[in-house]
Amino acid sequence: MVDKTVLARQFIEAIPHARALNLTLTHIGEGEAEITLPYNEDLIGDPRTGVIHGGAISTILDTCCGAAVMSHPSAPGGTATIDLRIDYMRAATPGQTITARATCYHITRNVAFVRATAVDNDNDLPVATAAGSFTVEGN
Amino acid sequence: MARPRPEPVQMVKQRRDAALRALVDGVPYIRFLNISFDRRGDELTGVLHFDDKLIGNPFLPAIHGGVTAAFLEVTAVITLSWEHMFASIESGEIDAEAIVTDKSIRFPKTIDFTVDYLRSGLPRDAYARAFISRSGRRYASVRVEAWQDNHAKLFAQASGHFLMPQPPMDKN
Repeated sequence: MVDKTVLARQFIEAIPHARALNLTLTHIGEGEAEITLPYNEDLIGDPRTGVIHGGAISTILDTCCGAAVMSHPSAPGGTATIDLRIDYMRAATPGQTITARATCYHITRNVAFVRATAVDNDNDLPVATAAGSFTVEGN
Repeated sequence: MARPRPEPVQMVKQRRDAALRALVDGVPYIRFLNISFDRRGDELTGVLHFDDKLIGNPFLPAIHGGVTAAFLEVTAVITLSWEHMFASIESGEIDAEAIVTDKSIRFPKTIDFTVDYLRSGLPRDAYARAFISRSGRRYASVRVEAWQDNHAKLFAQASGHFLMPQPPMDKN
């Protein structure tokens, strides 16, 4: 399934908004994905603290979940988000890269279920977690 | 008891628009996504101005799901902040220009946010409106709807919970 991994990486890196945020796919395969978002002043949500806006965290989590679905051995092709819930545990530390890790833990012919976590340099206390369902397309 | 003379319309508009501008333009991420707000009285409508960099699926093409979520969340937070501060802005207690620089003014924090993607976001402008289901002393519940060409056909809806800014300790 090397081809699909390559395909997924190309797919993610061809996304204009992923480029605008400088997202990098650092790991993919077997229903798991890892994406990083470098700190960028354009993404600040609170100018007084320099903390990244929750919306940017949503984007990296959504992208990472989609990549995890596409990399699942049972996924025939593309995917789209049906629903995504994000819990914000704490503010991301300004200046640090955000890393999102997603796992597609169950997939049927029509729906994929995904969980994801976003952390900064502190791996132990997530910045945010996500849970979502995605479409399974191309079968 | 005589009713006080209403303020001239341009004064009211100037104060409200200055407060809204300060609230929105002070946030780099809102400028990055190019979101603006239309105001009619105290009612706000978020406008996401389309740009190619917002695309998430270049083959359809469609707006990125993360952008849609961010647009809905920005609309929820701005609407909640606006309603929370409206009385103080009107009374002059909050200086419109100083909303973002004044460290004593705090904003609601997102606890959780859930987005339903109803149809794909087309490559054109999008609109969103937030409805505050409940705003208590500590927590607020907000529902948001987003549409494009036809208001009756939402392309996304969301609901979320927010932690309201706690008032500073009373000096008395």
